[in-house]
This record gives sequence, structure tokens and C-alpha cells, in this order.
Amino acid sequence: MADLDPGRRKFLSRLLAGLGVLAALEAAWITVSTLGSRRRATEAEDGGVIEAGPVGRFPPRSVTPFPESEFYLVRLEDGGFLALHRKCTHLGCSVPWRADEERFACPCHASAFDIRGAVLSSPAPRPLDLLAVEVVGGIVHVDTSKRIRRSSFDPAQVVDGGADS
Amino acid sequence: MDSGTTTTPGTPQRNRFLANSLLLHLRPARVPLRAIRFTHTFGLGGMAMVLILLLMGSGLLMGFVYDPAPERAYRSILVLQEDVLFGRLIRGIHYWSANLLVIVAGLHLLRVFLTGAFHGPRRSNWLIGLGLLFSILLSAFTGYLLPWDQLSYWAITVSTEMLTYVPIAGENLKYMILGGESVGPSTAVVFYTTHSTVVPIALILLMTWHIWRVRLAGGVVLPPAGDGPADNDEYVPFIPDLLMREVSVALILIAFIVVLAIVFSAPLGEPANPGLSPNPAKAPWYFLGVQELLLHFHPLFAVVVIPVVFIAALVAVPFLRYEHDVAGDWFLTPRGKRLAAVAAIVGLVAAPLLVLVDEYAVGPEGWLPGMPPLISQGAAPTILTFVALAVFYRYLRNRLSASRNETVQALFVLLVTCFLVLTVIGIWFRGEGMALVWPWQI
Repeated sequence: MADLDPGRRKFLSRLLAGLGVLAALEAAWITVSTLGSRRRATEAEDGGVIEAGPVGRFPPRSVTPFPESEFYLVRLEDGGFLALHRKCTHLGCSVPWRADEERFACPCHASAFDIRGAVLSSPAPRPLDLLAVEVVGGIVHVDTSKRIRRSSFDPAQVVDGGADS
Repeated sequence: MDSGTTTTPGTPQRNRFLANSLLLHLRPARVPLRAIRFTHTFGLGGMAMVLILLLMGSGLLMGFVYDPAPERAYRSILVLQEDVLFGRLIRGIHYWSANLLVIVAGLHLLRVFLTGAFHGPRRSNWLIGLGLLFSILLSAFTGYLLPWDQLSYWAITVSTEMLTYVPIAGENLKYMILGGESVGPSTAVVFYTTHSTVVPIALILLMTWHIWRVRLAGGVVLPPAGDGPADNDEYVPFIPDLLMREVSVALILIAFIVVLAIVFSAPLGEPANPGLSPNPAKAPWYFLGVQELLLHFHPLFAVVVIPVVFIAALVAVPFLRYEHDVAGDWFLTPRGKRLAAVAAIVGLVAAPLLVLVDEYAVGPEGWLPGMPPLISQGAAPTILTFVALAVFYRYLRNRLSASRNETVQALFVLLVTCFLVLTVIGIWFRGEGMALVWPWQI
């Protein structure tokens, strides 16, 4: 073996090591993309646009839970609509609406949100996520497939209920 | 042993000879008498291995009954406990072995560190050991979800939601683990596969490598043997001297676990209800130190910066430059022992004090009004903490002229003590809304 060209030996062993690294990267890539594919599968499965009901069914200053789709349909005093996802933005607990205190109070780490989903007390870092609301022909539609993150409440987020009842 | 019989195929003598030879490839044939004293290692590595084997045995049995689909998982646990022969006992053994394993593996790491068994040829084994610890935590964590009761559902929700605070990749990381917005069917499949296939294979491979590397490094770490020639130790054969000790430790441990499992069944709460978060919602107990950090630091620092620095420090332990690479004595020297004690006391006093100050007095965010929380609750307290650690380090080095080995050891003891204090607070002193309470008020 001693007469084997050290340059060639070095080259071959480096080549082998390089191929090994390449194989490991490939394996990692395949693993990650396999795990990632589940996301697309579940996204296609759940959600879609649901019909929440006629505008007149939701009185102003009310919060209606939709437990199946994990959101609250909020109607503000001015008649505008907001669909709030029920997951706390801190660590993902489900926040119940406390009608007596007029706030969403997270049971896990004491975050609180007002009726518009804005943070009343930390540790929650941002308001409750929104779902897109659309009022078509007096019927409220909510798109449950995508959660919209926001850094603060903005009146532009409120969807006008139109002329109802 | 009679060579005539050990070479005759099929005889009991030959079978035993073959089994012993196989064992003696992994383990040394002779060991120094000093190395097999129980208090030298407390048998923690061996105990961890016994617990892993118990977990594999009991887990294999449960795998025949368990159904990893969210709508049926909880029911299948009920079936296991009510209708399967010894089902409740098997689950209890699995539960207690798993919890004890996290503790034993942690103690094993401490023992290895405090006897300095990470120099020279043991460096790589320190890293393999960290890999084992990671695998153990991963299996404990993935197993936590499987009963699919309120406790498991919300613990996994809260823990995986912590990942969303990782910058840039956070959301994707969470999605990749959960397979969706929240804990659901695809989470169950991945957790079950990881728990029952990925981690056991990793554990078997790493464990074998770990044990073999101990032999390669010349057996468990020993203090230098006096002034005489290097090898004046009295040696005893591995079989039976060490083997008998190991087997007795294993049997006592198994008996302990079985009694524990008979007296205290593994808990099973209400079935998971995604609409109703319990109050408080806590991560699994071994992550409560991190959850406690979340109450005091900005999430980016609590979940990313501080744990990453802590883990990096653990990885770096054997690669720091030390003055001495002698090992084997607990706490290195009498001074090392004193400094470690001082560090532990500092940690025991400082950590609870800081938690109380942050809870009831004005924290850094009060001193820096108008600053964004990233600075006032994140960077400022983190930098303050690191400065305090640096001062501690300098003080030991310069004022007490401790060696670097002793100083690093003291720093390590301080950090571990703080982490343990935070974990204890998270487990026993956090009640409704994560407010500070006494343990009997939870």
C-alpha cells in the first residue's frame, strides 16, 4: 500500500467523504420535505369558506363562538364584523370569552384581549389572529383556511355589516 | 474454563463461552478494583440502560394495544388499563421508568462532569452522551402526547407553540412537527413513529457506541493511582466481580420501579378537549425551566438565545482549554469542592430572589420605560445576566486564583442550580394563571 500515490489516496478519501456528506444532505432534505408534505395535505383538508349566518342574527356588541371552526364571530358596536381565531397568540391556548368582563381571558398564562382582539394584558405579544370575513347578500361568510396575523388593531380590519335588520 | 468443552458445538459450556465473549467485546475483561466501588459512579449509566430496556419492553407490549389516532387513542389507553392482563402495571412501569430515566440521565451527566470525565479520549463520548440525553428527552416528549388526555394535549400545544418564537423558521418548524395549525391527527402519527421507531433505534445505536467508547478510553474515569508506576492497580475479572454488581443494581432498580408502578398508577386525565384549556397549562415537567424563563424574558431570549447558549456551553465543555486534564476525583480538588458549594448556594439564593423581584418588584422594563419589549424584557436582562456570570467567573479566577478547571466547574454548577431552581418553581410554585403560589395551593 505504501507505493499508492498519496495524492490519489487523499483525493479518493476526500471524494468518499464528500459523497457521504452529500448523501446525508439528501437524506435530510427528503426527511424535511416528507414532514412538510403533511402541511399541504391538512391545509387542503380543513377549512374553506363557511357560512356563519345572516347579518341580523348577530346583535351589535356580541361574540358568537364557532367551536367547530375554532373562531369567534365578533360584532362591534358600530355593526362591523371581525372573525377572531380562538388561539392565544402567546402559547396557543384556547381563549374563552368572558361576557361579564367583556374580554377574552387566556386561562394558561393570564393574557387578556378586548372584544376587538387587541391585547389588554401581556404576555401575549400580538392581538388575536383574524380570519377573513365577507358579507355577501346579507350572509356572513368566514374563510377559515387562513389565519391573518396582525401587530395591532386597525379599524380597516373591521368588515362592514351593511344595512341589516 | 475447559477448552475441550467450549469448542464442542452445542454444549451449554460453549454457549456460555460465546455469550461471554460477545459481552467482553463491549466490556473490558478485567477492571481495576477501585473502579467498581459503587460510590465512584453510583451506577447511573447502568441504571439508565436498565430503564431504557424496561421502557423498550413495556413500550413494545403497549404498542400492540395502542391506537395512534386522536379519536381512538384515549380509548385504547382505557382498554389497555381495563381489559389487558397487567395493562395498568405495564403502563405504570413505562411511565415511571420514563420519568426516572430523565432524572437518572441528568444525574449521570452531572457525575461525569463533576468527576472530570470529559478530557482527552473521553471528549467524543461526552458528545455521544449529549446525543443520548437529547434522544431521551425527545422520546419523553413525544410519549407525553400519546395518552391524548387534557394534560398531554395542552402540554404539547404549549411546548410546540414556543417554537413559533424562533426567528424566521419558527412557524415552519412548528408546522413541520405538528403537520398543521394545531395538534391533530398528523401530529399523532409523527409523534408515535418518532417515539416507537426513530428514538429507540437512535438509542440502541448511541448506547452501544457510548459503552464501547468507555472501554476504549480505558474504563470509567479513575484518579491517578499514587506515585508508583502507572499500572499498579489491583485488577479483578469483569465476570463475575463487576457483572454481579451491575446485575444487583439492575434488579434492585427493577424491583423499585415495579413497586412504584403498583402503588402509583400512571395518571390519565380527561380526554383531550381542544376547546378548553386547563388552568394552568404547563409543558412537561422537564421543560418547565424554559417555560419559567418565558415568564421573565422576551420569548426570543427565553426560547432561543438562552437555551442555545446553554446547549452550546454543554457541547463546548470538553473543548475548552484547561490547565489540567487529570480527572477522576469528585470536584477535582478540595478548593474545587468549596467553590462548587459556593456556586450552588449562590444559585439557590439568587434564582428564587430574581424570580420574586421580577414578579413583585419593578423589573428591567420599569427601569427602561418606552423601550421596545425586545430590549427591556429581552436584551437588557439577558445581558445583565451574562455580565453577572462574567463577574462571578472573573472573581473566582482573579481574586481566589482558582484554576480554569475549578472556575468552569463552579460556573457549570451555578447554571445547573439555577436551571433546577427554575424547574422546581415551574413544577411546584406556579398555580392558576401561572401566578406564584405555595405547592399545597395548586
